[in-house]
Amino acid sequence: MDPTDVADPTYYHRVVDCQWACPAHTNVPEYIRLIAQGRYDDAYLLNRESNVFPAILGRTCDRPCEPACRRTRVDGEAVAICRLKRVAADLRGDVADRLPRAPAEKNGKRIACVGAGPASLTVANDLLPLGYAVTIFEQHETAGGLMRTNIPAFRLPASVLDEETQVIIDMGVDIRYGTRVTSLRALLAEGYDAVFVGSGAPRGKELELPGRRDETGETHIHIGIDWLESIAFGHTTSIGERVLIIGVGNTAMDCCRSSRRLGGKDIKVMARRPRGFFKASPWELEDAEEEGVEILVNHSPKRFVVENGKLTGMEFEILEWDEPAAHSRVVDTVVLPCDDVILAIGQENAFPWIERDLGLRFGEWDLPIVDEKTMESTLPGVFFGGDSAFGPKNIIWAVAHAHEAAISIHNHCQGVPVDQRPPFGMNLISQKMGISQWSYANDFNPAGRQQMDHVELSRRFSALNLEVELGFSAEQTAREVQRCLNCDIQTVFSGPLCIECDACIDVCPASCLTITANGSEGELASRLPAPRTNPEQGLYVSAPLPQTGRVMVKDENVCVHCGLCAERCPTAAWDMERFELKIPYAKDATVAWSR
Amino acid sequence: MASITKPLIPLVELERNELGLTVRDYEGAMSTLCAGCGHDSVTATIVRAVFELAIPPHMISKLSGIGCSSKTPAYFVRGAHGFNSVHGRMVAIATGANAANRKLHYIGVSGDGDSLSIGIGHLAHAIRRNVNMLYLIENNGVYGLTKGQFSASTDVNSTSKRGEPNLLPPIDPVMLGLSLGATFVARGFSGNKEHLLPLIKAGLEHTGFALIDVISPCVQFNDHEGSTKSYLFTRHHEVQVDDFTLFQDGIHANGSDDGAVTVSMHSGALLRFRSLPADYDPTDRASAIAYLERHKAPDEVLTGLFYVNEAAPDLHELNKTVTEPLVAVPFERLCPGASALEELQKSFV
Repeated sequence: MDPTDVADPTYYHRVVDCQWACPAHTNVPEYIRLIAQGRYDDAYLLNRESNVFPAILGRTCDRPCEPACRRTRVDGEAVAICRLKRVAADLRGDVADRLPRAPAEKNGKRIACVGAGPASLTVANDLLPLGYAVTIFEQHETAGGLMRTNIPAFRLPASVLDEETQVIIDMGVDIRYGTRVTSLRALLAEGYDAVFVGSGAPRGKELELPGRRDETGETHIHIGIDWLESIAFGHTTSIGERVLIIGVGNTAMDCCRSSRRLGGKDIKVMARRPRGFFKASPWELEDAEEEGVEILVNHSPKRFVVENGKLTGMEFEILEWDEPAAHSRVVDTVVLPCDDVILAIGQENAFPWIERDLGLRFGEWDLPIVDEKTMESTLPGVFFGGDSAFGPKNIIWAVAHAHEAAISIHNHCQGVPVDQRPPFGMNLISQKMGISQWSYANDFNPAGRQQMDHVELSRRFSALNLEVELGFSAEQTAREVQRCLNCDIQTVFSGPLCIECDACIDVCPASCLTITANGSEGELASRLPAPRTNPEQGLYVSAPLPQTGRVMVKDENVCVHCGLCAERCPTAAWDMERFELKIPYAKDATVAWSR
Repeated sequence: MASITKPLIPLVELERNELGLTVRDYEGAMSTLCAGCGHDSVTATIVRAVFELAIPPHMISKLSGIGCSSKTPAYFVRGAHGFNSVHGRMVAIATGANAANRKLHYIGVSGDGDSLSIGIGHLAHAIRRNVNMLYLIENNGVYGLTKGQFSASTDVNSTSKRGEPNLLPPIDPVMLGLSLGATFVARGFSGNKEHLLPLIKAGLEHTGFALIDVISPCVQFNDHEGSTKSYLFTRHHEVQVDDFTLFQDGIHANGSDDGAVTVSMHSGALLRFRSLPADYDPTDRASAIAYLERHKAPDEVLTGLFYVNEAAPDLHELNKTVTEPLVAVPFERLCPGASALEELQKSFV
């Protein structure tokens, strides 16, 4: 194999599994260390730089980082990254004077954003400090988008949402509440330098089955996201005792738990397929079941039972899942009586307000054609981000899209091609403090993942907006931070210093090092002391070593970053160096391109 | 915060030996030797060897004297018996222990100072008695613990760290062993574990005194340019004379003999040598000595299993001792009483 190119930030970035998995590349290990040191303000601000909404995400994030976490490979349980983020947000002091600010002098460019959700707010957050004038059009009277209308207050208190959205708006956004954009043509005619569409995926999917339109009075068949929205705005305050939720995604979880709080007593979530196919996050399923919600598998909706113009139940086909054939077959039917049905089977994008003759092309599923890197549509100067770009994802993806879109908008306004992206960079800083002294807690802590405490069930449903999760206690936080393996503290090897004494190999508790003759990747992998079970992970190969010409090989998969190799290295050929990924934002494009 | 304890991480499923133990079960305390010390590699190789031979930890007795090398028994097989003796007297203690309990595996770890200076008298007599043990000399050619003076194994014209050349001729433990009649004589290099591992395993399988001289560089005081016991010098000058395979279960030794030398061991194991130099037979002492004498060149560090003799009687056979460890002999037999002693004394009159 050729020597690994560690000068490319991608190599070390991949080693930091959480940061690699995070769409916004949040520097997780560093903020966890800051929490460990009690530096909550710094931890919060480090988070905010990449994900903009740490307090909101600390409660609601879809957590792509956690399944990726190295700790999962060690003891089966990821570090509670998301909940530690909340710790930083909850315990931070006043950071107002450390937040970005808009300069008094503007650069004369005007940007319009459609929808005041996480995507548009992130664009505003990135562009306002550069002197842009940002106008956001929002159909509702409040900001936050789906974070407000679809995430129930018992998961995300309104005060938390208000605080983080308002900080951006207060930077100087010209926000037009209660203003629905009905024509992109008209918007473009207003002469904005760029338009950002962050209008989400606002249409819940319909389920057209027999009986769907047979009700005569007030309907008891609800579209999940619309129903959640009307709860958020106080229009819906009750529901029948027997509720059926169709679908088993995260929206379904929010619907069933909201039903529980509005008077629902017998709540069933109806799933077509067995567990394992569920779209809902495991922790959301857990929380719903803890609240007494029943989840029925292998039930496929057949018709709504409407008697005398009133919904009385729903008929289902009972399926049997044939595992080898990956196929279900009908074995029976059943009618389940109910008072209300909530449809939570997905969302769609809807762009009735975008005229199809503007040069903005649409592709499959009636989604706009958007470049995945630049977020630009086929109409130059019109950018997309969040759910409106590629269909429903989640908040952290919306933030990641918006950071990219902000760079593109900045390029566009400066006359730089949008595909000229400022590059990723990195810093590597040695963490050696002295003999057996490292500036990070390098000892492996065998503690298990801390469990989040919840409000007692007896009290939980007393108010609709009572936050269920209590947050980590000081003790839980202290234990959880030590579970992080500090994957960003990289093992950096300087081949020319190596005397091939084997000290690192002998001391490595994970058997991840080898000095051996070079070979092809597959052949070399077969000669490692610990089997290479995860080829997704990097395999470091040094240049030929000075004494024998053999190579140092390291399987990144099994390293726990304990630093013992560097500790026992007589020549400091191994060093533990903190990797800091330099993520480019719009402000960095300023430096790179406009000077 | 910092830590240099080697944690047990349930990351990879570790290989288990016949006893169900993993290699980690044969480790000891964390080494406090200098980082990069050759001795740590020897330790790691011993750990690997006893793991692969599936020796129960409590059937091992590890002994040492004084010096850097003599610290190492603390770093392997924490479940073994151990004795850290005074300087140069390790092998005397080992002889006594072996006399009392012949069933244990004795691993003595010594250095060039401990063995070739202060302890050479004891070493010579233990070799004569053919004590059944593995005797490792971690040979770095320097007194590391006292900051780098020349030792009895420093080669002529090898320099100190400050550049002073050594003028006294060295004692070669291999020639010493051969001339005194050691029944297993080998040399390895800590930087070549692939070769050292089978040497140590064969030494443990050998019945009788197994002497292995291990070139084990002192990273602090003798790993410089003028040294003939540095990593670099040894790597560039090592000449491996043997190519042997150890079959732990000799019955299942496979492959054809094709003129190779085969040695059956008392333990049931089998040693098979292949591709030996034409004028050399590792079972013939005279041939081994002659070969080594002929190849005594300053630019060659010969390594290998030079000589093995499974036929020579060991300490117990020579002294017609009981076949059981003394601890297993009933007290009435072990100490038959005053009348029996009187009878015995009468026989001397």
